[in-house]
Amino acid sequence: MINRLKHWIGAALAAPVIWLAMLANVPLKAWQKATGTGGMAVFFLAPNMAIFAVFVLVPFVINFFYSATSGSAFFLADRNFVGTEQYARLLDCGNYLDPSSCREDLFWKAVSNTGLFVVVQVTALIVVSMITALILNREIAGRSFWRAVFFFPVLLSPVVVGLIWRWILQRQGLLNFILYEMGLDTHDWLIESSSAFTAAVAVSIWAHMGFYTLILLAGLQAIPRDLYEAAEMDGTPPSRVFWRITLPLLMPNLLVVVILALIRAVQIFDEVYVLTGGGPGTSTLYITQYIYEVGFASLLRNPGLAAAASILMGAVLVVLTLVQLQIGRRNERKGARE
Amino acid sequence: MGQISLQGIQRSYGALKVLHGIDLEIADGEFVVLVGPSGCGKSTLLRLIAGLDSPTGGRISINGTDVTKVSAAARGLAMVFQSYALYPHMTVRQNLAFGLENIRLPKAEIESLTAEAARMLEIEAYLDRRPGQLSGGQKQRVAIGRAVVRNPTAFLLDEPLSNLDAELRISTRAEIAALHKRLATTMIYVTHDQIEAMTLADRFVVMRSGKIEQVGKPLDLYNHPANLFVAGFIGAPRMNLIETVISEVAAHSVTVTGPGGLAVAVPVDGSALKAGDRVTLGVRPHDLAASEDKGMAVNVSLVEALGPETVVHAAMADGQKLVAVLSGQGARSSSGNLRFSMEGAKLHLFDSQGQRVPDLQDSNR
Amino acid sequence: MSGVASFLTRRRGGKAWHWTDIVTWVWLIGGLVIMFGPAIWLTASSFKSPAQLAEFPPTVLPYVNKQVTVEGHEKPLNLFTVKMADGTTRQLAEVRRIGIVAQMIDPANPGEVIKINIAERVPVRELGLATENYVTPLQQNDFLLYLRNSVFVTFAATIITLLTNSMAAFALSKYKFPGRDLVLLIIVGTLMVPLSVVLVPLYSVVNAVGLFDSLWGIILPTVATPTGVFLLRQYMLTIPDELLDAARMDNATEWQIYWRIVLPLAAPALAVLAIFSVVWRWNDFLWPLVVLSRKELYTLQVGLNTYAGELNVQWHYILAMTVVTMIPVVLVFVFLQKFITSGIAGSGLK
Repeated sequence: MINRLKHWIGAALAAPVIWLAMLANVPLKAWQKATGTGGMAVFFLAPNMAIFAVFVLVPFVINFFYSATSGSAFFLADRNFVGTEQYARLLDCGNYLDPSSCREDLFWKAVSNTGLFVVVQVTALIVVSMITALILNREIAGRSFWRAVFFFPVLLSPVVVGLIWRWILQRQGLLNFILYEMGLDTHDWLIESSSAFTAAVAVSIWAHMGFYTLILLAGLQAIPRDLYEAAEMDGTPPSRVFWRITLPLLMPNLLVVVILALIRAVQIFDEVYVLTGGGPGTSTLYITQYIYEVGFASLLRNPGLAAAASILMGAVLVVLTLVQLQIGRRNERKGARE
Repeated sequence: MGQISLQGIQRSYGALKVLHGIDLEIADGEFVVLVGPSGCGKSTLLRLIAGLDSPTGGRISINGTDVTKVSAAARGLAMVFQSYALYPHMTVRQNLAFGLENIRLPKAEIESLTAEAARMLEIEAYLDRRPGQLSGGQKQRVAIGRAVVRNPTAFLLDEPLSNLDAELRISTRAEIAALHKRLATTMIYVTHDQIEAMTLADRFVVMRSGKIEQVGKPLDLYNHPANLFVAGFIGAPRMNLIETVISEVAAHSVTVTGPGGLAVAVPVDGSALKAGDRVTLGVRPHDLAASEDKGMAVNVSLVEALGPETVVHAAMADGQKLVAVLSGQGARSSSGNLRFSMEGAKLHLFDSQGQRVPDLQDSNR
Repeated sequence: MSGVASFLTRRRGGKAWHWTDIVTWVWLIGGLVIMFGPAIWLTASSFKSPAQLAEFPPTVLPYVNKQVTVEGHEKPLNLFTVKMADGTTRQLAEVRRIGIVAQMIDPANPGEVIKINIAERVPVRELGLATENYVTPLQQNDFLLYLRNSVFVTFAATIITLLTNSMAAFALSKYKFPGRDLVLLIIVGTLMVPLSVVLVPLYSVVNAVGLFDSLWGIILPTVATPTGVFLLRQYMLTIPDELLDAARMDNATEWQIYWRIVLPLAAPALAVLAIFSVVWRWNDFLWPLVVLSRKELYTLQVGLNTYAGELNVQWHYILAMTVVTMIPVVLVFVFLQKFITSGIAGSGLK
């Protein structure tokens, strides 16, 4: 009975789609006759590539024009051409190590914050993911369950992640309650600037480690078991097995994971924005938030400056991505040789 | 009607020329087998006929109509693929009906056509199964059924038996022969297996490196290979090809001599040859006979007793290897010396270009 | 029971406990608590009343004030345990409160009004869910609208993504045409251009094509995903070309080949992409934040952020709406987790 119902519901839902597809077939037949199969390739590519061109390629190109203009108007035609002035403004610094000596001190604050965040977060993220992957690779009962446990936060939206942790880290939150019960000092975690940074790092690791664990675990499981058995026969101590067998064989995956983590960390925005709003002060302000606020949110908005900043960030990402592709290609070649 | 004509068909992929001008006339109802080593272009030629690929030169016509630019669907042909290419997500019934649905036949007609094809190929029992649930032989039948149901002008079969095991291959081969007899539709069959080719073909097309080497009835090709390639390609075990020198050219024969006392007169038209020319003497393993005192002395290296016949591997005095298939189980030493005799009329002679030395006009008739 | 215990503690080769086994289980159990704990705590909190949320230390379970219906009063009254002047304790219901003095009555004797200092009483509580945390924002605030917007955006974007990406993947995997490698290269190139890099120009493009402040403005820029095209192309490359040739011999047009042969056979990859797309679009935040300015077009993520950013945060509503936002993703996790993890392990996309 239920199955019958399901069948009818399925048929009812599928019918319009099938009619649509049949309808599409009629003009397409004519098109195919006129252009041959090569023309059909154009037809199949067209929708994706049109959307792609309008919403990716065109913005990519005109971003450079934006970065060369000034004013707060959004239409390119209404904007004044200023050449490289925006870049000069961003890069105008007395001392690059001291954001407050720069003309755009907020930008440099965001850059130095992001730099510190990237170094700390990526290092900790890789270590935590690696340990978790190694543990999941052991012969434990219910491995797929445990793998799922660590994966759960990956699916949560950044807004949800930010709010969950805001709720836990607030003055009367769960963390302070636990510390209080243990007789330890409580803090206003998101209001104090040192702990706000730690919170941003910890929360982003919490949210993303499952993804990297999964890739590393896949790499670990691809290492042939008999290598470990051979090492065991040789009486190799476990630490040596890790450094001499596991790590070298995992290296391709590890490199990919590091680059991916770097690419993501450079663009960090949503969960930290919801968690701290960039505060306290500017202590968790990162580049993407800077671009967003200069481009859209602040009263003194300056799209040209935001575009210039985004191009500078994009340059870093391009380098990282090229490194990633290079590694990928090398792995592929290696795979082909083996 | 299924008369197909190919005129100067060429196909190249970039700089790589795969077909160098193929001319072939296929009569209605004929069973033509394209055979050749892998990479010879036979599958490409079949795809060109099917319309799945278009030639870079030449003309294809079916029943006198030029179809070179016509799409695969509109040529009215059906094809059986090497991998069967059954749609894995459809049942056998849907597989058979798919092509008929595409030409908008009424439902009732589709049903009766599929039922008829299913009965003919004895696949009614699993009409509602998916290809994944079928054995190789069953898949093969469905693949043929899918071709039959369309009632095509001609069938194109691309190595249809190569994925079957030896036993099934023999029985399916017989069924394909029976099917051809029953439908009397043109069939073009590609294979690299010469036994399939010998047993099925009305006409036999041997190809190599994008060219046709010889066309003819199977036994004609076996008895009168036009060149060294065809001679070596057809027949198992392979024909022995012995490098020799002509010692004498007479009116109705050419005498060749070689090491080990080889001296034999071959009844061919040697008018283009002269004494001292290097030629190749071809002798099929079955045409060699063991002899006590006459013939060519050889050194036996291995004797394989198969029961009804005995295979003898031997080397001539200058090291050229020979294989002989002797009937019966004659007790022969596994090594040592032996003499092979041969009958001049069963020998083949090829000139230094590898072309067959013409047979005598009168004796051949 | 001992069987369960021995199953759970089964270790490498059945040897004795090794210190690494202890580390393993501490890590796993700790992980379980840290990964699920916050979401569970959030969910438990979302059923607490505002008064209870303000308490420190917090209770784990949600409680509500016990209420009684008293004759002569239309609404149910809150029940309190009161310490009387004579040292006895009584359970009284509050009629009204003026400053620090509450007028209370005994439910058994509704005629007599007793004035009590509020310091002398504690509320009577029972286990209960403050479901109004969910009902009120959905009914009175705009959250039902946000929910509808999110659902619309997610489904529309996913359907368009599946259709356009699969068509492009079909062309890129099954046809040879001049410029194919160039197209592939361009698509790879986009992996380098994440949204945050083209925020400003994309905003102006969306404005120029008239999609500003429209749900289509957040749908269309996201649908031509390079990862989707790649995932599907890789999968379609494994579909044998002979099948397509067979369909061509069977009089199928190229569209029919795509629709009736290739799409059904690519179903596993389409399913993976569909799940990913649903999660991606449901979770999108930055782009909707930029494009949507009219409140009635907000998606759940933007709406939540806006409410959570107000000066006077109404946490009881925020928590409940966060749970609502989390539900689809939790469902995806529970039922489709295997699909996703194998999809990631196989292709490295996120």
